[in-house]
Amino acid sequence: MMKIRIDHGRIIDPANDIDRIGSVYIEGGKIVSVTDEPAGFKPDTVIDAENQIVCPGFIDLSTRLRDMGHSRKATFRSEVIAAAAAGVTTLCLQPDTVPVSDTPAVVELIKELAEKAGYPQIYVIGGLTQKLEGAELSSMLSLKQAGCIAVGNANQPVKNLLILRRAMEYAASHDLLLMFRSNDFWLGNNGCAHEGAVATRYGLPSIPEAAETIALAQCLELAELTGCRVHFGQLSCKRSVIKIHQAKKYGLKVSADVAIHQLHLTENDMTPFDSAYHVLPPLRTEEDKQYLRQGLAGSTINSICSDHQPHDLDAKLGAFPETEPGMSSLETLLPLMLKLVAQHAITLEQGIACLSANPARVLRLNSGALTPGFSADVCIFDPELEWQVNAENWKSQGVNTPFWGQTLKGRVTHTLQAGKIIHRCL
Amino acid sequence: MTDNLQLNAEGKLKHFLTIEGLSKSLLTEILDTAESFAGVSEHQVKKVPLLRGKTIVNLFFENSTRTRTTFELAATRLSADVINMNIATSATSKGESLLDTIRNLEAMFVDMFVVRHALSGAAHFIAQQTAPHISVINAGDGQHAHPTQAMLDMFTIRQIKPDFSNLRVAIIGDILHSRVARSEIQALNTLGAAEVRVIAPKTLLPAHVESLGVTVSHNLTEGLKDIDVVMMLRLQKERMTSALLPSESEYFKCFGLTEEKLKIAKPDAIVMHPGPINRGVEIDSKVADGPQSVILKQVSNGVAVRMAVMAMAMQKSGAA
Repeated sequence: MMKIRIDHGRIIDPANDIDRIGSVYIEGGKIVSVTDEPAGFKPDTVIDAENQIVCPGFIDLSTRLRDMGHSRKATFRSEVIAAAAAGVTTLCLQPDTVPVSDTPAVVELIKELAEKAGYPQIYVIGGLTQKLEGAELSSMLSLKQAGCIAVGNANQPVKNLLILRRAMEYAASHDLLLMFRSNDFWLGNNGCAHEGAVATRYGLPSIPEAAETIALAQCLELAELTGCRVHFGQLSCKRSVIKIHQAKKYGLKVSADVAIHQLHLTENDMTPFDSAYHVLPPLRTEEDKQYLRQGLAGSTINSICSDHQPHDLDAKLGAFPETEPGMSSLETLLPLMLKLVAQHAITLEQGIACLSANPARVLRLNSGALTPGFSADVCIFDPELEWQVNAENWKSQGVNTPFWGQTLKGRVTHTLQAGKIIHRCL
Repeated sequence: MTDNLQLNAEGKLKHFLTIEGLSKSLLTEILDTAESFAGVSEHQVKKVPLLRGKTIVNLFFENSTRTRTTFELAATRLSADVINMNIATSATSKGESLLDTIRNLEAMFVDMFVVRHALSGAAHFIAQQTAPHISVINAGDGQHAHPTQAMLDMFTIRQIKPDFSNLRVAIIGDILHSRVARSEIQALNTLGAAEVRVIAPKTLLPAHVESLGVTVSHNLTEGLKDIDVVMMLRLQKERMTSALLPSESEYFKCFGLTEEKLKIAKPDAIVMHPGPINRGVEIDSKVADGPQSVILKQVSNGVAVRMAVMAMAMQKSGAA
């Protein structure tokens, strides 16, 4: 069995409250020890992590890898390489794949594609409703048995609250987590930008915060009524943070994440009509951004996701409202998290926890920590290494990032997934 | 920034996409240039040879008779060759992308695109993507901008009321969906108008409308006080079916401009409308055809202003 030792790194493992220089010992794809050398441990491979940080591999709660129906945008092969380069060792796939992940057959196919791409730790969020049409329940138990880690309806609306209630009751019956994107379809009104001064100036169809907060408030009520566990994905505004904070204080078992770009960009960063900034939920105000950061610091929001959505060039070429929303954002995840730390929004330990231990807890996975016996998912990064976002360094097939051309700080040097080195940056 | 996209290295007009980001002196230059062209239409030979040998393509992804015609007339009077492309019924309905359409036309060696499109930002997108020698004039993009309409309105106002700094202007109606309103507000503020007031129910005002530099009223009777220029906007019939307004008759009752209501404004106030007008919906016929109306003057001025913008974007000064 393959034995690996990672030496001299600063080990940060929030779940085990570890922050010290030392070695990590891996055998048979599992962590065997942190710091203390197991008796007679003879490594086959030694990784020198001097001046680097060794932490649990990142767990991304919201990703789209395209492929299948959308392979011109990206493929599993291109995107798992990007994920590995980003230090991400576990991915949750939104169910709006083509075809939709609403049957065990599609889930099986995705698992097979993941294996073939050499990146088995892809978890599928099963469709909450058939074809995500919001009308009829999907076979959630079968989806769970096929390996779905949660259910959700991606960005698609559920037709009415009665159907959502029943879907949540049914999910709760099988102890399935609902991953919920709060968006009232009608209030969203096919908008493409935050309802505020910028959209008003540029005449862009807009989405008010209320489209998010009303849907969120309704779902919170149903969480109490049905007892369904709910994780709220990709919050974008102040009042959502306040509502989640109140719900947690009240005792509801809910959690929430935020997409990394929402912590850095606002409507004011949008160069007029630059489709790279077209995301859903839309970039909101400076105040919203500050609340999201505070929500993260105070653990109201416990996870950061990439909300990775690679696109082909054509998808982003056009008048702003007709372009497709989303950023290719796996590879900027770590440097943008480190930027939050540099700006004193959160501590480094919090940042790592938001990318590992906390999402693992949301998903009830035995990972996201360097605990002996856990799968050896490890990310090693150089927090000082600067790199430019350019064609030479970029792995994702989608180059749709507003950070293109910028120099960012912090780079993953090694990624281990179940003890296998899946990324090495020389 | 995209706003600078409109200017070349010498700070001269290259594209005309939006009023935003253009200086007062540049807007004044457009008005002065238009004045030099205003006489051309009255000559026996209604032509100047400024753009002889140039090819201008009217690229209309959205139907429009008036705007397209005045652009066509403007180009013809500058001696350019004009091609009208009515794309609403052409290539894109066969699945060709906006960019493909542009690339194909570029390959035909054109010099200027006059673009109208139903989506905000379309003209910016084309200006960014097109070959560097081509100029783009925005003839209306979505709910964003209609800068030539704003400039012809400024031209019309200046003919009658030359000092913008004393002017109080009311814009009445569907501000939310109006590219005309956005461009008018920017032009009036850049030219130093004393006040721009928008008058509409909340359903027809965009969020944070004050951030555009306007005062707000929801009541026509109150809003018309002290007003020098009354700008009416066209009300689209769809607004009734999308629950923005209850009915045409209620709208007319609240926001329709009648002779009686016009009396609240200053006695010498002028009435403007970008056309086409809905008689009896936003404006009473007696006002539209009345002595204070300058609606037809706006139409005539459209040609001169569009000639000015086209000539300037092709780096030509006014008529001799």
